[in-house]
Amino acid sequence: MPPAGMDTASRPAGLRKRWLAAGVGAVLVAVLAGVSLGPVSLPPGSVAVELLNLLPGVRLDSGLSEREIAIVTELRLPRVVLGLLVGGLLALAGGAYQGVFRNPLADPYLLGVAAGAGLAVTVVLTLGVGAGGPLTGLPVTVPLAAFVGSLGAVTMTYLLGAAGGRSRSPATLILAGVAVSAFLAAGQTYLLQRHAESIQSVYSWLLGRLATAGWQDVRLVLPYFLVTSLVVLLHRRELDVLSVGDDEAASLGLHPQRSRYLLIAAASLGTAAAVSASGLIGFVGIIVPHLVRMLAGSSYRVILPLSLLFGGAFLALTDVVARTAAAPQEIPIGVVTALLGGPFFVLVLRTARRVLT
Amino acid sequence: MTPPSQSSSPDPRPAGRPAVGPVAVGPAGVEPIDAGPPAVELRDLRVRLDGVPILAGIDLTVRAGEWVTVIGPNGAGKSTLLRAVGGLLSTSDAVRLFGTPLGALRRRERARVVATVAQSPVVPPGMAVLDYVLLGRNPYIPPLGRESATDLAVVHEVLDRLDLTGFGARELATLSGGERQRVFLARALAQGATLLLLDEPTSALDIGHQQEVFELVDQLRRTEGLTVLATMHDLSIAGEYADRMVLLAEGRIVAAGTPAEVLTEELLARHYRAHVKVIPGPHGPFVLPTRPHHP
Repeated sequence: MPPAGMDTASRPAGLRKRWLAAGVGAVLVAVLAGVSLGPVSLPPGSVAVELLNLLPGVRLDSGLSEREIAIVTELRLPRVVLGLLVGGLLALAGGAYQGVFRNPLADPYLLGVAAGAGLAVTVVLTLGVGAGGPLTGLPVTVPLAAFVGSLGAVTMTYLLGAAGGRSRSPATLILAGVAVSAFLAAGQTYLLQRHAESIQSVYSWLLGRLATAGWQDVRLVLPYFLVTSLVVLLHRRELDVLSVGDDEAASLGLHPQRSRYLLIAAASLGTAAAVSASGLIGFVGIIVPHLVRMLAGSSYRVILPLSLLFGGAFLALTDVVARTAAAPQEIPIGVVTALLGGPFFVLVLRTARRVLT
Repeated sequence: MTPPSQSSSPDPRPAGRPAVGPVAVGPAGVEPIDAGPPAVELRDLRVRLDGVPILAGIDLTVRAGEWVTVIGPNGAGKSTLLRAVGGLLSTSDAVRLFGTPLGALRRRERARVVATVAQSPVVPPGMAVLDYVLLGRNPYIPPLGRESATDLAVVHEVLDRLDLTGFGARELATLSGGERQRVFLARALAQGATLLLLDEPTSALDIGHQQEVFELVDQLRRTEGLTVLATMHDLSIAGEYADRMVLLAEGRIVAAGTPAEVLTEELLARHYRAHVKVIPGPHGPFVLPTRPHHP
């Protein structure tokens, strides 16, 4: 707590109540919109009552029919919750990577992490390793493979980006990520060509699986979500210390490499879980942390918890757009995030020009 | 170590330039003759980076409260020496701080003993001055915890002392060079360390701001009892503020003593390959570069 009489301007960076309330509010709006909107539109008030009925001990009359209640609880709610978890993880991982690499352009996709997970999952799907898991239609080995692929890719990117030695710039790391992504994508294409019978299942996964989300997917992602969120959020202050560079961080009593490896592992685990559950959904990890940074402050003590909340809300709302913009057809959610993310990336590139050079 | 807020120990030495006797240079090392607890002891410090020897057997003692400045041509190993003392390089037991081998100190313990102002400190984009200075309290904040009221009180006290009151909410990147340098010092002071390492801290500043920073450091070492080990390129300013100077060349100490003993035309010509004129001054000699051949 700040000393008595300390004004707001002299308080250290931290999550202010109004921003926390805004984040929680965004999540609630996303849930309500996500569950209400669709081919069958439901009154938001009734949906809100039905959602309250999910709380223990609450039994209110929402006025919805049994069929409509099933739409809420069995079809739309798991899809919205999975969107919240995946969006939160991708945004949190993006924010963590940006801090760890001290690079405003770091993102699970630009670093090749998602491509690593994608190739690993493609290997599992085409070669049928561990097929037939009990929790999901996908093999149980998918999340594990995605994690190994994620860590392998981020390691390759880091080593390649570090090859420039002292002369390396933040842009070097991103270029390394692009190279690693291209290399891994080539491997993926080769595998698909050799196993043409798997193309449909792999591509349906690649384009995003929120459309087919069920509670089993939520149960699959939730433990990874909890572990990743806990580790990253508990270390958010260390990311502020790391922002002054390794030497200075070490002279401040931090073990920079230990913190870095731990955070990379946690962010990669989160990315792997998100990719295995929902396929490749780009740009969330760069759009959300940057918006938070622009609006609420540059400390990772602010960026990371708000990225988790706003990332979840962002993806859940994007999913609403994906399934209503061209109804009755659904646009793949990855297409929508890319349409939003492309221009945003250019904006970030312009504001980060000084850092990059 | 006590944080600045609690360290009100009087200046261990009388006001004005402390009396430091002549030094012995040779295999036995560089030792000030007057007594006083050693803050830094280097014994046969050897550092190799990428297989290249950078420091080739350094012996040096810095007493508590002293200001010792290391000079030398580019590539002499000055910054490496400071990095070794700051615990950023593996040095086995060649470095002792206040009598304790560096290797025996945990990272956070070490950060409470020695603070560094780097040559070109990183300025994190968007970070406010208060948050930047608060980073100096990292060694006192539990790894997964947050700052205490004491940490904040120390930060505000340091900001007040360095005439930075009202700067807390300002973005660090928007400050002038002189103001920024004061903030870098403030972070180091917030660490509560009594040994301050300055690695060419004013290389990016004009002469007025250089003076301002060094006057501030000198004042702080007198009021806080700080020990200062610095590297500098500006030899006149180095001689003006240092109690003792150490001339480093090719990883070895080639001269040590008072500024008047080290800043000689002969030594500077030999090790810097520079044509200079040395003029005696009230505190230390002034070193003026001269052209070898006038047209």
